[in-house]
Amino acid sequence: MKPTLGTSGLIFNEPLLWEKGKKSRYGASLPRRDVDEAPIAQEYMNDGLDLPDLSEVDVVRHYTRLSQWNFGVDTGMYPLGSCTMKYNPKINEAVAALPGFSGAHPLLPSGLSQGMLRMMYELEHHLAEITGMSAVTLQPSAGAQGELTGMLIMHAYHTSKGNPRSKIIVPDTAHGTNPASAALCKYQPVPVTSNSNGILEPSAIADVMDEETAGIMVTNPNTLGLFETNIREIASIVHKKGGIVYCDGANMNAVMGIVRMGDIGVDLMHLNLHKTFSTPHGGGGPGSGPVAVQDFLAPFLPVPRVIEKDGIYSLSDDSPQSIGKVHAFYGNVGVMLKAYAYILTMGGSYLKKASQLAVLNANYVKERLKKIYHLPYDHPCMHECVFSDKNFVDNKVTTLDIAKRLIDYGFHPPTVYFPLVVHGSIMIEPTETESRDDIDQFIAAMTSIAKEAQSDPASLHDAPQITKVMRLDETLAARKPCLTG
Amino acid sequence: MKEIDELILDDDVRYAEDHEWARYDGDLVRIGISDYAQDQLGDIVYVDLPEIGEEFAKGEEFGTVESVKAVSELYMPVGGKIVTVNDDLDDAPELVNTEPYDGGWIIEIKPIDPGDIDDLMDKDAYIEMLKEGA
Amino acid sequence: MRYLPHTDADIADMLSTIGITAIDNLFETIPADCRTSQELSLPDPMTEWELKDLMTELSQANATLPETSVYVGAGSYDHFIPASASYLLSRSEFVTSYTPYQPELSQGTLQAIYEYQTLIARLLGMDVSNASLYDGASALAEALLMAVRITKKNAVLLSSTIHPLYRRVVETYLAPTDCTIELLPMTQTGETDATTLSGKNDYAAVAVQSPNFFGCIENLASLAETTHENGSLFVASFTEPLTFGLYKNPGSLGADIVCGEGQSLGIPRSFGGPGLGILTCRAKNVRHMPGRLVGKTVDREGRRGFVLTLATREQHIRREKATSNICTNNSLCALASSIYLASLGGTGLAELARLNYDKTEYLKTKLKKAGCTIPFSAPTFNEFVVAMPDGFREKYSGLAARGIVAGIPLERLHPALDNHYLICVTETKTKGDLDKLVTEVTT
Repeated sequence: MKPTLGTSGLIFNEPLLWEKGKKSRYGASLPRRDVDEAPIAQEYMNDGLDLPDLSEVDVVRHYTRLSQWNFGVDTGMYPLGSCTMKYNPKINEAVAALPGFSGAHPLLPSGLSQGMLRMMYELEHHLAEITGMSAVTLQPSAGAQGELTGMLIMHAYHTSKGNPRSKIIVPDTAHGTNPASAALCKYQPVPVTSNSNGILEPSAIADVMDEETAGIMVTNPNTLGLFETNIREIASIVHKKGGIVYCDGANMNAVMGIVRMGDIGVDLMHLNLHKTFSTPHGGGGPGSGPVAVQDFLAPFLPVPRVIEKDGIYSLSDDSPQSIGKVHAFYGNVGVMLKAYAYILTMGGSYLKKASQLAVLNANYVKERLKKIYHLPYDHPCMHECVFSDKNFVDNKVTTLDIAKRLIDYGFHPPTVYFPLVVHGSIMIEPTETESRDDIDQFIAAMTSIAKEAQSDPASLHDAPQITKVMRLDETLAARKPCLTG
Repeated sequence: MKEIDELILDDDVRYAEDHEWARYDGDLVRIGISDYAQDQLGDIVYVDLPEIGEEFAKGEEFGTVESVKAVSELYMPVGGKIVTVNDDLDDAPELVNTEPYDGGWIIEIKPIDPGDIDDLMDKDAYIEMLKEGA
Repeated sequence: MRYLPHTDADIADMLSTIGITAIDNLFETIPADCRTSQELSLPDPMTEWELKDLMTELSQANATLPETSVYVGAGSYDHFIPASASYLLSRSEFVTSYTPYQPELSQGTLQAIYEYQTLIARLLGMDVSNASLYDGASALAEALLMAVRITKKNAVLLSSTIHPLYRRVVETYLAPTDCTIELLPMTQTGETDATTLSGKNDYAAVAVQSPNFFGCIENLASLAETTHENGSLFVASFTEPLTFGLYKNPGSLGADIVCGEGQSLGIPRSFGGPGLGILTCRAKNVRHMPGRLVGKTVDREGRRGFVLTLATREQHIRREKATSNICTNNSLCALASSIYLASLGGTGLAELARLNYDKTEYLKTKLKKAGCTIPFSAPTFNEFVVAMPDGFREKYSGLAARGIVAGIPLERLHPALDNHYLICVTETKTKGDLDKLVTEVTT
């Protein structure tokens, strides 16, 4: 067999922290004791801590070994649809860790935080420019919290007009966070089905839009990787009944410098700094989910707002219609620093190029794979494309098997079984930071797997074959939850 | 997943559209889900049971049954008051998979109107419904 | 451009494979009236070296060490982070990986988060911890929503000694629901007024922060008992988890849910975020808990491994019926706290907590001797309220300009506490620093 990217290496077993260590080992340097022990009432004190004691070497080996069991963007291609797993620039990590940033306390007088405030002010400004909106809040800690913030803003706006309204339109292609966020705001999701081309039909929206409906949550480009071409008409239908158009901007990587969402009928939207703006995913966060709004919604943004006057930056709570706060302080500033550094590195021209190349990569993958894998929507896609496992039903090979086999070839699987509108969906988003050669290697792997599905399905059912553990029993984990050691 | 002709469909129960079954048990009515439902769900990991004494109308949601990746609501095939719940399902939710009509029963109720069971489908009508949906 | 690897030849080849001639053709499915002709008006791209210069300049425009000594806590604390911890956290397999949905490729994250869940549950005396939330404030909001789900009661009681910014976040989260919020007043000793709790029967939860915003330790055991008599859940919140290196944890004192901020455990302040939202509960309530959970299991060869589990609570499966909308959380911060706790160990953490306490008491004693009053008599950890000498308000900014931020003034948050300051001491302050502070503040 021709050597593939995935191979095996020396991977270590490493026990749990409390399975190693010895009482009275130290793994950190304690500061010098230069004061006497002060009296303390015994009844308040605990009896000691049930935490393992490890040496520094214990700790370093432990986490070094654990890290080697992980696959990251730095390891290889990570074509997870709707996640935008692009390369995480290292200079961004370095500057975010500068002591003047990492040591900054959030509650100092603003004169002592000018660097931080200026960065936030400028980042808001840049994100407003990219989205075509008027005002931005950086406070939400992730996309889902951005959605919640958006819902709260809509709710506050409608309340100010006399009726908070009780429903919101949510397309069938929506990410699960959309209806979940709507529900947190007591908005009943009203589902609409996308048409046979995978996009929303204006008549479907018109059928359900009324004066009890707060508006619509639309993802654009949508989770099938398609641009919602009827967006202007849909926005018009929603606006006619006094509703608001919220856009889930998770897929913004397809259209930077190409579409200004604020110009096509969107009233507010969230962005994911940990997707489009290159901040690292960290194994599940932290992210950052800024919300950009049109002028008429700015009064409802969370407080404090960052303001600038004569070159001096400060924080203002003077916003009587604000929804309040979703974060104790200002949001994930450490993440914002990295997105800020990224935007300054790319400038407008390279951000636009990034979108163009992301879309080029996805269409290239689509063309090369569409004869081998079933493509439910054979139209030009944006930055991601969706296939299904339909061609392998007779071989009893599923999307899950294909995903697991891809691991043996040295790739992280794409997003699987989402969106729900495609049975057995495989959503591939290469991003612009994958080179043509890496993508060709991915295509070769997918092609080989398709052949194996037909000639040797067992190799897929048995996959992955070269990882440290294989096909973990999720049923057992759910039946007999063991969540604490 | 099983083909329709591979499904086990008990004769002595009646079936609801949402795939619950109901069986007379003296004064009471015993309720569970059909072999089709458990097969569609896959390995069942948890059953959310109602409290004894709670009352639900026909068609009302009384609980949920969960697999690793999906949750299915359970709807009353006939209205009534919860008399017993199958506590075995706490430790062994897989009974719903292995014995959907016997050990995997879910609740026992005192029906509001015992005659309501007759409005449900018999085995042949249920098979027809499954074939139409396929 | 170093992040865009395509050469012109690559692009030409790929376009021809797709069957188009120009990149612009890719966007023709977007209607013309949706496409912009405006170029993005952003600063020109910077080289790495220009960026570094700018960021250095910005970083130096914030008051931090070594030029400035900051004696402020209030939810964001200065603790030493071992170099080994920062080093390990920067390993790119941790940093650049995604949520562990493919467990075979993410056992590192999964085992590390299982360890985090365990260490945190042990530290707080609880049965289960989730894999993180965003911060202490949203964790408190989620804890209250969880209590409402469990008890089906639509009102909560919050102590007014909870951090005011946390209370604001709770108000924001609860605003669209029918759930009402009532505040419990505070006593002269700086704690929650427990007398106001008796007879309050129709509440989903009573939430108390300890140490509270003023640094005072609350009588959690007694408050929990009354709360349970009233048929509510007791939610214990915290902003400074190092407290539990020394003091009894809330789990041992009767809490049903313990939630708070984990930033003190090896995460830099970073102007308030990212932090670490901690949420823990009793085993019987785990299915009502929001956030991800990692569970232990075996693979098909019987080898131990870890997976995300109980996912049916979450948004990607349950959608509008989920326990929360949370998806991306603060996983890397949970890892940071785990590395920190592993490095300090049970023995080290107890010693460190004691040192924090002793340094704070040292400052309190010296300030009292120098003529300041400490109005609240309850025991404290790291933070305390001090009434400064007359005329201090005018001195405060001058002192800050000379490199000492002597706490935060409290009158904006609590008008009765005019000329009172909330001061925080941690192990990062030497005896010399503390002596200097006393001199500066009292002369």
